[in-house]
Amino acid sequence: MHDTTDGPRTAVELQGVVKRFGDRSGTEVTAVDNLDLTIADGEFFSLLGPSGCGKTTTLRMIAGLELPTAGSIRIHGEEMGLRPPNKRPVNTVFQNYALFPHMTVAKNIGFGLEMRKVPAGERAELIDWAIQLVEMGSMAHRKPGQLSGGQQQRVALARALVNRPEVLLLDEPLGALDLKLRQQMQHELKSLQREVGITFVYVTHDQEEAVTMSDRIGVMHDGRLLQVDTPEAIYERPTTRFVADFIGQSNFLAATVASADEVVLANGQRLRLSSDRPTGEAVAVTVRPERLTVHRRGEAPAGLHHLEGRVETVTYLGNAIVYGVGIDWMHLEVRCPATLAVDRRDVGDEVTVSFEPRHAAVVTG
Amino acid sequence: MSKGVARSTAEPQGFSRWWLRGHSLLVFIFFYAPIVVLFIFSFNDSNAVGNWKGFTFGWYEAFLDNDNVQKSIWVSVKVCLFSTVIAVVLGTASALALERFRWWGQKAFDAVLYLPIIIPDVTMAVMMLVFFGETAEWFNVIPGVDLSSGLEKLVFSHVAFNISFVSVVVRARLANLDASMEEAAADLYANRWQAFRRVTLPQIMPGVIGGALLAITISLDDVVVSSFVAAVGATPISVYVFGMLRKGVSPLVNSVSVVMLTASISLVLASLVFSRATGSGREER
Repeated sequence: MHDTTDGPRTAVELQGVVKRFGDRSGTEVTAVDNLDLTIADGEFFSLLGPSGCGKTTTLRMIAGLELPTAGSIRIHGEEMGLRPPNKRPVNTVFQNYALFPHMTVAKNIGFGLEMRKVPAGERAELIDWAIQLVEMGSMAHRKPGQLSGGQQQRVALARALVNRPEVLLLDEPLGALDLKLRQQMQHELKSLQREVGITFVYVTHDQEEAVTMSDRIGVMHDGRLLQVDTPEAIYERPTTRFVADFIGQSNFLAATVASADEVVLANGQRLRLSSDRPTGEAVAVTVRPERLTVHRRGEAPAGLHHLEGRVETVTYLGNAIVYGVGIDWMHLEVRCPATLAVDRRDVGDEVTVSFEPRHAAVVTG
Repeated sequence: MSKGVARSTAEPQGFSRWWLRGHSLLVFIFFYAPIVVLFIFSFNDSNAVGNWKGFTFGWYEAFLDNDNVQKSIWVSVKVCLFSTVIAVVLGTASALALERFRWWGQKAFDAVLYLPIIIPDVTMAVMMLVFFGETAEWFNVIPGVDLSSGLEKLVFSHVAFNISFVSVVVRARLANLDASMEEAAADLYANRWQAFRRVTLPQIMPGVIGGALLAITISLDDVVVSSFVAAVGATPISVYVFGMLRKGVSPLVNSVSVVMLTASISLVLASLVFSRATGSGREER
């Protein structure tokens, strides 16, 4: 996994980018709010968030299809300003592919080269390279209407990659594909990105997709960038409740910050957990269900954080067992590997739920 | 009528099926019987229109001998071609402006653009007459334009109502065209003109051709506006035929009509052949 400081130079840099849309009645909607973001060269970067969070608008501003209300966008150090999309060193794979229906696959792929007046011989070679890259060799003379969704997706990808852009922008390119094809394309996209070494900026609302493919993920919500980190860090050390909830499932224990390295849970129990939140702030301690373990009451090993409760539900999932455990003031979800089924708890058992301090994170809200 | 469509349970059976077939046959007769009668009587060897006396090519000979008729047809063709070309360019441009951009005064422009479709021809004709009377000197400033000749007046007035029709047809086509197509072209280094020429225009072409055909038909057809603005020496055929009727109906009208009918049917057939050859899934170039 890449570190944030990895990479020799910066591919995309956004500083204080704001986008407001005004409608005719005069009300303004802030789609992107004061966004700062640096994407390293050669990185597979995902913008992740629910629909309407501003991720697509951000991508469109990098492409030049929307102009920011305020702020600066630089690509490889060069200020983009009001530069129109056709003068930017980026290419886009559109959500609905936007292939030209009246042109063949080869013509579609060659369109960008033709516009840049690449000589015909060189153009043919590049088109051939791109068609082979996405394994569409036999389809070169078909029209988009004669292709399946997955094939159209590949053509859209080839049409963008053939121009060797400095940055490739992808707007939910797998959204229209069925699950199986989507998973296959995830792997292909990732290996393709390694092969061509181009910076990918990938917009998606699918957290699994983002986690699978990305070097780093930026989670967006309501026009703001909440957290930018590696998939592991986002999953293990979320900083906000929204991020913890959006990426996978989690338990949230209401708490108050007691000092820099201690929080007090709602039942008065103290946990040694460090956080950078100010003392007295209401926070939540989040622990993933699979990081929790259930023991017979009193048998939990020392050195772990303990919570006492009673098993309320048991759900067998084949590869795992999910226990619903009621502790004094709330309900916890605990996910155990099914191999532990020999030591299985039943509904009504008095148990101790334990977790390692490093698996808990303090989040706002 | 239902050829090529999978038969559904909703399709009428038995008696109602035959009743509907008979009904559509009657509609067709209603449409085309007058044309057949016109065609037959253009070969009638008689000075009276409605009385069959025997077969002759005489009225077609009379047509070929009549310089005025031929001159009028030529006027019509010229007016129709010039006005259609101008109306197609301006109509397509206005359709693009309305469909792709947001600007001040758009709604008002949108409403006013379709006015020529709804206001009566006579009103339009009077407007044109007054307008040209007041502004002839201004138009004459344009090099090569002489409004007193009549031809220019006809072209300008036909452009005025045809823009609306072209715009309506092209706009319907544009509305179905995904705007991201143009964004994709821009993203692939095309400037605005290239994006229009290579991506938008080929896809709205059926609409543009449809609009042009409509404009040609309306222009050839127009009597009211044309008879108000036409000047001596520049009478379009529609106005000329109308004038002939006032002097008493001569079967010459029949032969002239058949010639015009044949010309317009050929035009429609040609455009059908053209759109079959280019429209349905062939390679670009």
